[in-house]
Amino acid sequence: MFYSISNQHYGVSFNGSIMYKLTIEEKTYSCQPGETVLDALLRENVNISYACKKGTCHSCMVRSPEAPPPEAAQAGLKNTLKKRNHFLACLCHPEQDMVIKLPDQSEFYTEGTVVVNDMLNRNTLLLIIAFKDAFEFNAGQFVNLQRSDGLTRSYSIANTPQETNTVEFHIRRLPGGRFSEWLHDEIKVGDTIAVSEPRGHCFYLPERSEQGILLVGTGTGLAPLAGILTDALEQGHSGPIFLFHGSREVEDLYRIDEMRQLAGQHQNFHYIPCLSGKHVPEGFTRGRVNEVALATFADLKGWRVFLCGHPDMVNQMKKMTFLKGASMKDIYADAFLVTPA
Amino acid sequence: MSKTLYERIGGEPAVNAAVDIFYRKVLSDHRINRFFDNVDMEKQAAKQKAFLTMAFGGPHSYTGEDMRTGHAHLIKMGLDDSHFDAVVEDLGATLVELNVPQELINEVAAICETTRNDVLGR
Repeated sequence: MFYSISNQHYGVSFNGSIMYKLTIEEKTYSCQPGETVLDALLRENVNISYACKKGTCHSCMVRSPEAPPPEAAQAGLKNTLKKRNHFLACLCHPEQDMVIKLPDQSEFYTEGTVVVNDMLNRNTLLLIIAFKDAFEFNAGQFVNLQRSDGLTRSYSIANTPQETNTVEFHIRRLPGGRFSEWLHDEIKVGDTIAVSEPRGHCFYLPERSEQGILLVGTGTGLAPLAGILTDALEQGHSGPIFLFHGSREVEDLYRIDEMRQLAGQHQNFHYIPCLSGKHVPEGFTRGRVNEVALATFADLKGWRVFLCGHPDMVNQMKKMTFLKGASMKDIYADAFLVTPA
Repeated sequence: MSKTLYERIGGEPAVNAAVDIFYRKVLSDHRINRFFDNVDMEKQAAKQKAFLTMAFGGPHSYTGEDMRTGHAHLIKMGLDDSHFDAVVEDLGATLVELNVPQELINEVAAICETTRNDVLGR
C-alpha cells in the first residue's frame, strides 16, 4: 500500500529524457522528452477527446493493448479498467515505445434525450436529460457530455438518483465557451446527447448522520451541492447542514426560493445566500461566500465539507477548512476545472 | 524484542493519526508555509503520508535522487537548513501531541536527518 502511494509520486514520473514511439493503427508518432502521450498526440493533430488535462475527467482514457502502461498513468481508474491496460493519456509519460488504442467511444457513452431546457437565471441553463434505462450515479458526481464532433466537457449532476432515469445539469454560459454556447443556443428538447459514465468522489455517503455538513459553492457550483443536499436530507441526515451559495450579483444566484423553502421544512438545514457585489438586498449576506462561511464557524473539527465552484475559492477553502480542524478525508471538492473556450 | 521503529511507533495507523496534525502544523507555520502556497492539497497530503511512513522507518521507495529532484524547485525558492529544521520540529511537536515517547521521536528525527543533504541539494 505504501509502495503504491510513494511510487505514484516519487517513482518513474521524473524520467522523460528519451524519445519514444507511439503507434496508433498504422501510424507512428514521436513522444518528445517531457511530453505526455496527450501532449504528443495533440501536437501531432491526432483527434483525441480530452478536457481537464490533469487526470480527473478521464476524457482522454485510451488503451495499451500490448503491454501494461506506466502505473502512474492509471491513477484513479477502476481496477477493471486497469486490468485491461486502460490509462489516461494526460498522465502518461512513456517508459518504452507504446502501441495505443483510442477508445471506441460508444463503449463509454450512453445516448440521452433532452427533456427540459429552461433558464434558471440570466446566464444559467437547466438541462435535463432522460435515458431509456436506469442511469446509476451518486448525487454530486459529474459526467462528460460529448457533442457529435467529439467536443467534450465535464458537468456536475444536480439531482439525486431517486429521480428515475434522468440527470439534471446547470450550465452557465461562458463567454466564448464553445460547448456551453452550443448547449445554450442550439440544443432543443428532443435532441440527443452522449453522456459518459458518472465519475468523481464528491458525494454524500449515509454514514455518521449526526455529523455537521458544510456546503460552499459559487455560481453553478450549486449543482452538485444541491444534489448532495437533497440526498443527505432524503437519507435522514440529522446533523446540521449549512449551504453557503455565493455570486457577485443576486441575478446570478438561482433556486433561492426552493432553498429557503427547504430550510423551512428541515430544522437542521441552513441556507445562506451571499453576494460580493455592491447591491445586497434584504435576506442576503454581504461578502464573499468563503469568507462568510469561515466567519460562521470557530471550529470545523468533525465536519464534512463539500466545495464546488471557482477553482481559487475551492483551493483556498480546502486549506482553510482543513486548518479550522476538518479532517483531510472529510473535505470533498469538485474534481474538475472549467476549461475556457 | 527486535521490533522495527515502524512497528514500535504503530505502523500505518500511526501515520494516519499523524498526517492531518502534522500537515496542519506545517501549513500554519509561517517559517515554511510559503513553500506550500500553490500545491494541490490532496496530492500534498499523499506525499506527506509517504514522507511520514519513511520518517517512521516504514516501507518507502524514496531514493536520494528523488529527494533532490522533488525539492529542486523549492531550493530555487530559498529552501535552506532553517526550513528543514522547522519541518523536523513540527514533526516532533506532532508526535509529542500523540504521546509518542521521546526516544522514538529521537529515532524519527535521526531518520529525517539522513535526508537533509539530498533535500537541500548538497
